[in-house]
Amino acid sequence: MTDIPMDTMVRAAAHPRRDIGLKARYAAERRFRIYGGLAISVGLAFLAIMLITIVSKGYTAFWQTTVTLPINFDAKMIDPSNKRATDPSVLIKANYPKLAESALIAKLGIDPSNKPMVMKLKGFLSEGARVQLRDIVAADPSVIGTTRDVNILAAANLDSAFKGQIDLSVEEARRKVSDQQIAWMNKLKADGVMAEHFNTGLFSYGASSRPETSGMGVAIIGSFYMMVIVLLLALPIGVAASIYLEEFAKKNRLTDLIEVNINNLAAVPSIVFGLLGLAVFINFLGMPRSAAFVGGLVLTLMTLPTIIIATRAALAAVPPSIRSAALGLGASKMQMVFHHILPLAAPGILTGTIIGLARALGETAPLLLIGMVAFVADYPTTPFDPATALPVQIYMWANEAERAFVERMSGAIIILLVFLMAMNITAIVLRRRFERRW
Amino acid sequence: MSSLLVLAIVVAIGVVAFLIGRQRAAAHENGTVKPHSRAHYHGWWAFLLAVLPALLLLAVWNIGSSFYLDRHIHAVLPERTADSKVASEALDVSLVKSLARGLRQLDGNTALPATFAELQPLLAAKGVALASDTQDYMIPIAVETNKVQGMLGWFGAVVTLALSIAGALYALRQIAPRARARNSVETLMLWGLLAASTIAILTTIGIVLSMLFQTITFFESVSPISFFFGTVWDPRFADAGSGGSRGQFGLIPLLAGTLYIAAVALLVAVPIGLMSAVYMAEYASAKVRGVVKPALELLAGIPTIVYGIFAVVTLGPFLRDLSAALTGGSPFIQGQSIFTAGLVMGVMLIPVVSSLSDDIITAVPRAMRDGSLGLGATRSETIKRVILPAALPGIVGAILLTASRAIGETMIVVLAAGVAANLTVNPFEAMTTITVKIVNQLTGDLEFNSPQTLVAFALGLTLFALTLVMNIVALYIVRKYREQYE
Amino acid sequence: MNIMTEQSLENAVGDKMNAKSNEVIKMRGDKVGVFYGDKQALFDVNLDVRLNQVTALIGPSGCGKSTFLRCLNRMNDTIDSARVTGKITLDEEDIYDKNIDVVELRARVGMVFQKPNPFPKSIYENVAYGPRIHGLAKRKADMDQIVESSLKKAAIWNEVKDRLQEPGTGLSGGQQQRLCIARAIAVSPEVILMDEPCSALDPIATARVEELIDELRQNYTIVIVTHSMQQAARVSQRTAMFHLGYLVEEGATDKMFTNPDDKRTQDYITGRFG
Repeated sequence: MTDIPMDTMVRAAAHPRRDIGLKARYAAERRFRIYGGLAISVGLAFLAIMLITIVSKGYTAFWQTTVTLPINFDAKMIDPSNKRATDPSVLIKANYPKLAESALIAKLGIDPSNKPMVMKLKGFLSEGARVQLRDIVAADPSVIGTTRDVNILAAANLDSAFKGQIDLSVEEARRKVSDQQIAWMNKLKADGVMAEHFNTGLFSYGASSRPETSGMGVAIIGSFYMMVIVLLLALPIGVAASIYLEEFAKKNRLTDLIEVNINNLAAVPSIVFGLLGLAVFINFLGMPRSAAFVGGLVLTLMTLPTIIIATRAALAAVPPSIRSAALGLGASKMQMVFHHILPLAAPGILTGTIIGLARALGETAPLLLIGMVAFVADYPTTPFDPATALPVQIYMWANEAERAFVERMSGAIIILLVFLMAMNITAIVLRRRFERRW
Repeated sequence: MSSLLVLAIVVAIGVVAFLIGRQRAAAHENGTVKPHSRAHYHGWWAFLLAVLPALLLLAVWNIGSSFYLDRHIHAVLPERTADSKVASEALDVSLVKSLARGLRQLDGNTALPATFAELQPLLAAKGVALASDTQDYMIPIAVETNKVQGMLGWFGAVVTLALSIAGALYALRQIAPRARARNSVETLMLWGLLAASTIAILTTIGIVLSMLFQTITFFESVSPISFFFGTVWDPRFADAGSGGSRGQFGLIPLLAGTLYIAAVALLVAVPIGLMSAVYMAEYASAKVRGVVKPALELLAGIPTIVYGIFAVVTLGPFLRDLSAALTGGSPFIQGQSIFTAGLVMGVMLIPVVSSLSDDIITAVPRAMRDGSLGLGATRSETIKRVILPAALPGIVGAILLTASRAIGETMIVVLAAGVAANLTVNPFEAMTTITVKIVNQLTGDLEFNSPQTLVAFALGLTLFALTLVMNIVALYIVRKYREQYE
Repeated sequence: MNIMTEQSLENAVGDKMNAKSNEVIKMRGDKVGVFYGDKQALFDVNLDVRLNQVTALIGPSGCGKSTFLRCLNRMNDTIDSARVTGKITLDEEDIYDKNIDVVELRARVGMVFQKPNPFPKSIYENVAYGPRIHGLAKRKADMDQIVESSLKKAAIWNEVKDRLQEPGTGLSGGQQQRLCIARAIAVSPEVILMDEPCSALDPIATARVEELIDELRQNYTIVIVTHSMQQAARVSQRTAMFHLGYLVEEGATDKMFTNPDDKRTQDYITGRFG
């Protein structure tokens, strides 16, 4: 390729070299890189530690110890004066715990007249036995007079002991489970009567002062109502607002003001929305406290900016050529938006909505202010009934002193995180799959 | 007639109007004149005219009649005297209203007892619980109120339905081949879109106004000077209505705690978050990025209550025991401390800082990098001397936004920072924050008009103003920064 | 550390020029190929760059001329998917050898980009950036001297000497590009690569930069990518014609524009394609 023959070429003398401090500069380069790697590792390590501690504290909450006892639904005990046909309230007021206790006494072979021994049985079975047995009788009064095997919940302390969470080397007086109870527990365990089962109660029970009968049923329903409300309100309003701002708004003072407002609202502390909800929805408009409806409204206002920002980005990503094509065929601007732009932007809008919903699902502070820190034992049948929410339930359990509540709380966090992770991962996957390069 | 029923009827009229309108317009489609709009646009136009004005009227009517009822109750209530049993006029009115609500649950034909003591069990049987300070003289007023309200409701319903039918007929009469139904529908839609976008403004106005009114009421009993410059926070929970005990509401200890914890959090989050962003943008291979970015996003998706619980259940006790082991006796780090809260909040903010700065660093044009690398700079020299200085305004904006998050963060500090309003410089002691006190003052059963409750709104307004200024400055900086690189 | 002042560098270069300047090969590409991922963008290019001459790379867009240019100081390293095969030497040293440090290489082979890209810093700091990172000036006075002489060589000193502390981004496009050239000169490179340096400039600014290139030839070896054949004819001594990733023809500029060997070169020069 060269037009000079090789032999006539002069060899280039090496150019004089300069010292440009390479060694020190490369050392600095390496250090800088290590700092970067360290920074990321610290973040991820913290994530790992947090998840591991929560899971290790909480996974046991998904199991609950029960004692399978042959309960004799003795008519004399339940309805001594035999007037249940005329007064159904007898069945409600009967001394059901006594039935469970008698069955346990028989099972352990204790002499029922040995009062000190019987006293030691106190706190072995859950007080929840009352409700459990009452519900059986209420559902089918014909069980009275028969004997049936029922899985009675163990009390929280026995549950902890059964799971090996109580340090037995501590002297007896200073722990919550006596040696005698441990001995009974081991006996029942050996007989296969006392065992751990999957804890469905964690998902179904409402609020309770006893850990073993408290669950997230009310919270799950409350959170569900709120998510539905947020979705029904924030998505249409957010999309409508975004369409206006992105496709129709002229550049003027009003548009500018709206823009600044949306961006600012996205960064306003969430607790401020709680104050707004308290002052406007509850005080001024007289809506009920603790209701999922009010919670949903507050979370809607909080989520709107997130959805608007994501939707606008998705709309802006649709290339102008599509707009020109639609308008060129004689579509009106409104038809162009709803027939062409919106369907193309849908994946982006969906991603933003899911992320917004996930944020709303995990939000606690504003809900505290509108009275959702409430002891609600019954399922809310409408969004206007008192309810709690998942994160609020976690907060309430965090304020309980008993160890068993910490277990429940960690279990609840796991459930909440599973929901959130599922939503976030869906959003990430959606974004990857539908990421369109125009 | 209940508003819900009226609503249902109005919508039904709308649907009928839609169907008739569409059918009539469709009849024109085979005519000699080419129709301007498709048939369903005529249908929609009829629907909108039947429904929208009627609903607007219904809403206005309902709000108006509730105002009228308030004034009405005020007017008929006996003159307040010094020995009135009820604390305030406002409470009087609200008691009457809830009594009226309760009475509506009763059957019309039960004879009403004259005293509240007799009435209460009747109501309780219907599941209506009323405040015990409801007075006997309120019962006739409540009955009267219900009567007025019923009349107003009937009148409103009739007018609304009439308007709905009129709207539908008007729209149906307009149908003609050249009528521009599509344009009319689209104009209305545009107004709807505009209305949706003004919700952001309405929310801001709602926030400001609601907090402003309560704050002004608060300043009637506590002077702004003692609030803003007071160094003692001791609200002294008073019994509802007694109004006797006066607490001290000094903002300074709360503000100091808020800023201290936020500062600790930023000290953790900014270096780590920034370095992570730099590493991700400039060093990490596509594979590492593909794993770490989603992981950081998940970290950002964890609710703050989880961080708070981690701080209070795991980290706080751990640090306390660790410090006890170090000194061999008493711990110098308390279970709830500025340090613990700040540390955990800092970790929570790492993904916030890193994703904001990632956007900003990648906005620096490639030409800048090439220019520096082409001169023989190493990567880290390019980052430190060219990219970071070029990105500096944007990064400052990002830090401001993060700081505003830190100041407004609630759940972590509620759980991990403590409730005692101390003024201290020792990061290992507990301090409290504005957000903690807002939650404290507003949870539990409180009477709404006491300064102990109202102070929460003054705190909220302070918090809002503080973060508003930071957000707007930050957003302005970031916007200007982006414009610089188009 | 040996501080190379402008003067001593010129002397060193000057000595060799006296020997037999036309034929000293400063850089040589030997069967150079470039892949972006699986796609090959450059095939078997053999090309010499001669000391103190201007070598112009021409050809239709997408022909690989910029790709080849970026190989000469390993700027392709900054693109993750890029892979270079074959051999490129600088003073007979393989620049893709493991022992060659890319930072040092780029200090020796500087680059000026298509779009002027001054850093968002003052004019002074823009020029001082290279010498500063390489530690070429010990004292402030040395640095001042380097900045002044670089700006003078880039023929922009008179326009900016009174506003050295103003941001470089505030200059006009032509001034910015000359500032970028000054920035490259300040490092005292042996070779300067220019990637269509005038494409973003108006005709007057272009003329200034072309004059400048001709002056710089005295002290530096220059490789310039250009889409303008007139520019190649005006400023270069040697021209290489690329097409579809191949080097079509290379030779003295006069010959290339009057009597090219390859028909494609002739077609391109006469405007049949490109």
